[in-house]
Amino acid sequence: MSTLQVTNLESGYGEVQILWNLSLGLQPGKLTSLVGSNGSGKTTLLRAVTGLIKPWKGNVTFDGKDVTKISPHEKAEMGLVLVPEARQLFTDMSVIENLEMGATPKAARAEFKQTLEWVYSLLPRLKERQNQLTGTLSGGEQQMVAIARGLMARPKVLMFDELSLGLSPLLVINLFEVLVKLKGQGLTMLLVEQNVQMALAVSDYAYVLSNGRVEIEGESRKVMGMESVRKAYLGI
Amino acid sequence: MILSVENVSKRFGGLQALDKVTLSVKEGEIFGIIGPNGAGKTTLFNTINGVYPPTEGRIKFRGEDVTGLPPYELSKRGVGRTYQVVRPLGELTVHENVTVGACFGRENLPLEKAEKVADEVLEFVGLVARRDMLASKLNVAQKKRLEMARALAARPILILLDEVLAGLNPQEVGDMLGVVRKIREQGVTIIMIEHLMHAVMNLSDRVFVLDYGAQIAEGTPQEVSNHPKVIEAYLGDPEVAKRFLEGTSS
Repeated sequence: MSTLQVTNLESGYGEVQILWNLSLGLQPGKLTSLVGSNGSGKTTLLRAVTGLIKPWKGNVTFDGKDVTKISPHEKAEMGLVLVPEARQLFTDMSVIENLEMGATPKAARAEFKQTLEWVYSLLPRLKERQNQLTGTLSGGEQQMVAIARGLMARPKVLMFDELSLGLSPLLVINLFEVLVKLKGQGLTMLLVEQNVQMALAVSDYAYVLSNGRVEIEGESRKVMGMESVRKAYLGI
Repeated sequence: MILSVENVSKRFGGLQALDKVTLSVKEGEIFGIIGPNGAGKTTLFNTINGVYPPTEGRIKFRGEDVTGLPPYELSKRGVGRTYQVVRPLGELTVHENVTVGACFGRENLPLEKAEKVADEVLEFVGLVARRDMLASKLNVAQKKRLEMARALAARPILILLDEVLAGLNPQEVGDMLGVVRKIREQGVTIIMIEHLMHAVMNLSDRVFVLDYGAQIAEGTPQEVSNHPKVIEAYLGDPEVAKRFLEGTSS
């Protein structure tokens, strides 16, 4: 059974429909990637799944429960956590304060110390920087803080929106190695990425969106070689 | 050449939005412009039709240097333009909106004639049934058609279409593509910015690709969609992915 299952989802903004009858599932312990060109509906899907916008049709189940109409903060409490695009950090707060903000679910608060140690072991740079203002960190370090803040919530499913955007190739590789470690520890993850090559390289299973629909899905290794992926992006 | 853009650069403070862009558009063709978000496509349109002048470079329309002329001067000379975010005059009817376009176009028509042209254009884009409605009451697809009609009412020789397909459902996309083809059949030259790849690739005679403000490719749709730099711009660098895979397997 999928940890997170989206079934026949439709949604959009105002009268503009973006998502069309979209279904996808995240297998437990797997890293699933969701790729697609500009405007294909990736972020909208994340918003509809988290509840930041309302689904028009279809449903979302998480851990076997229907969560379609549940508010974003309740979903976070249940363990469905998003690392948002452009990080959205509290830049005037220190690294450690940002991490404290991540640990808002009850279960996460109770295990704060252990979780912090675990997060620091995954991202040792952050321990060195823990008292520094987040806004003064480099782009790559800030992205690490965003991941760490998500992990502090003790997620059952962690979703990333555009993790690699604006980062140098080396930093992207470093961040993706963290995802590989998390996968090794059994975390279920959804990676929404513009960088298709990297997303397919790191993930187990992939969905390619085009115009708000799932155009292609399959094991990432197989999807990687498909001519149809180039076509989904470039039209012909 | 109906339009030549020569070494056009545009800077906004520290941001180089356009970097020495050079292109020429032939009379009667459909010229597609594509590129990832933030590539500079709309900025290029804005420098062509005079929303702001380029920081450097020249723009020539039918042999005349029009660099830095304001939009209404370009409209008079025959450069029409639609905007990605449509902004009809909401308190006017559909017909009145299009009449405004006809009044300030190439032929600089008096009101009565402009009203006639507006009716013809509404017929052409298929909005006759909404003629007397307030523009604010139209749905997205109808507003997009109105935007097109307003530009066409100016009787352009060259029309710049900025994402006329964005926000439309598949049926509406098909209808809009029909309108674009009809515009071309009338002999109007078209430059279109479009994110909907299958549409731009099927419609364009030539495609120009921008990334970070600079040209990365130009050619037929077939050539462009197989160009390594275009694939890299849209799908990411395969070399980096390879390095990552080699790193994790060792």
